[in-house]
Amino acid sequence: MKSGSNLERVILSGQPAVTAELGPPMSADPHEVIHKAKILRGFCDAANITDCQTAVVRISSIGGAVLALREGLEPVMQMTCRDRNRIAIQADLLGAAALGVKNCLCIAGDHQKFSAAGRLKGHPGAKNVYDVDTTQLVGILKKMRDEGLQEGGDKLEVPPKFFIGASWTPAADPIDWRPYNLKKKVDAGADFIQTQGIFDVEIFKSQMEKARNLGLHERTAILGGIIVPRTMMMLKYMDASVAGVSVPKPMIERMKKAKDAAGDDKKKAKELQEEEGIKITVELIHQVLEIPGIKGVHVQAIEWETAIEKIVKAAGLYPRPNIPEA
Amino acid sequence: MIVGQQKPFDEIWDMVKGFKRVLVFGCNTCVAICHAGGSKEAEILASMIRMKAKQEGVTMEVNHAGIERHCEPEFFEPLMNDVKTYDLVLSTACGVGVNFLAERIGDIQVYPGINTSFFGAVPEAGVFTELCAGCGNCILHLTGGICPIARCSKQLMNGPCGGTNNGKCEVSDTVDCGWFLIIERMKRLGTLEKLMEIQPPRNWSFGTHGGPRRVTLEHIKEFEEKEEKKG
Repeated sequence: MKSGSNLERVILSGQPAVTAELGPPMSADPHEVIHKAKILRGFCDAANITDCQTAVVRISSIGGAVLALREGLEPVMQMTCRDRNRIAIQADLLGAAALGVKNCLCIAGDHQKFSAAGRLKGHPGAKNVYDVDTTQLVGILKKMRDEGLQEGGDKLEVPPKFFIGASWTPAADPIDWRPYNLKKKVDAGADFIQTQGIFDVEIFKSQMEKARNLGLHERTAILGGIIVPRTMMMLKYMDASVAGVSVPKPMIERMKKAKDAAGDDKKKAKELQEEEGIKITVELIHQVLEIPGIKGVHVQAIEWETAIEKIVKAAGLYPRPNIPEA
Repeated sequence: MIVGQQKPFDEIWDMVKGFKRVLVFGCNTCVAICHAGGSKEAEILASMIRMKAKQEGVTMEVNHAGIERHCEPEFFEPLMNDVKTYDLVLSTACGVGVNFLAERIGDIQVYPGINTSFFGAVPEAGVFTELCAGCGNCILHLTGGICPIARCSKQLMNGPCGGTNNGKCEVSDTVDCGWFLIIERMKRLGTLEKLMEIQPPRNWSFGTHGGPRRVTLEHIKEFEEKEEKKG
């Protein structure tokens, strides 16, 4: 066992793993994180605590992770390369490990120009860091954990024992490079992978086949990313604007039908679309879990954490396995 | 070459309006090519300042001059006595020129008339593109001759992030993804296998992160010293 985290234990058991996502608030009030942690607890094996996603300032992923931990929800602390140099990253990793965090997901982080895609002011004038990239960050975590060494070579008295994760966008271009992008992260030491949201299962299947041909599915646990669609507009937006995401037309049509069935009743339109979104999600989970080499799903119900219970139950993934620490 | 852009005129006027004798001083190398700060641009800017001063009822003498290069002393030495008669030199050279003149002019203010933007090329008339970040530790042999430090918004070293969209960067659909260009070119060159190797965390100290940089060529210094003694 590398970290002894619950997520690692579930993956090792061979049962499909379920991770969810918890977005911390733009607030110093801990209650929203606590509330969301209570909603997610028991319905996933671990939940990602995002690290200022879309480059908007929120409760830090470390702070959020510790709040979740106190509520009995195992966190996957996200760590972007955007905001910290290798000194701050390693210091934060030691701090997080000392506070009991056992999973860490390494990501590049949305560019600061994003600012929630223009919906918020954000900090587009901020200086970004990118001292190290995702692959290098994975290597730093591995070196700290397995060799007890900092990136610079200094010794760590007690190394941080993280279960090391990385993200993968299988369908972005240049698409034939993407399996190798994954390979570099696995070579660097990624124990698990969470993918960008999959809507087009056929493209994902073919990218997974390439990953299997490289033997990557045996060296890392790939969790297929599922973004829960809530409205037709959201699907259209993701299809048009999110890199590496293409939504098949029939899926958008399904949501449109659900919306139109409510006529002018906006409240009902919302309910019907949410119902359809959950159905689509459950179908996607089943399709993704059938793909050889997939070890679980990463279900993102963005600002809709209450959907996770329904989804996990409807997908037949409840109750979550309870595997005691060895 | 160094690419620059003239500062907005209102900003320039705010800088200069309190001075009595102003010299707008152009540089005829890089910044002349990008139409930002050569003698011609210095002349136009000087006349704009004169017009504005007249409009605002401000008494001010504004002249212009230009030399080949602001970054080597021999080019501006012949003009220095005249330059030193002004209250303010508004330099339209790049930042190197502004700094270098300030270092040598004595107690006279030198202000920047342009924003120094980047090291770039001129792919077509009127277009300038950033191609090098001056990082001090070139890796272009590993990346198909396309620099991920200058041309990836995140300066990634091991391939693209997930934000590549139709070959464009997540920062803007008018910005090419540097890594997309690198991979496509290396595919054509048949050198893609070079990218499979993991690039370790980089030593950035050769760039600005290591503090101000200086290059000294000992053999040239020695030769010059000998020549001086002979002469």
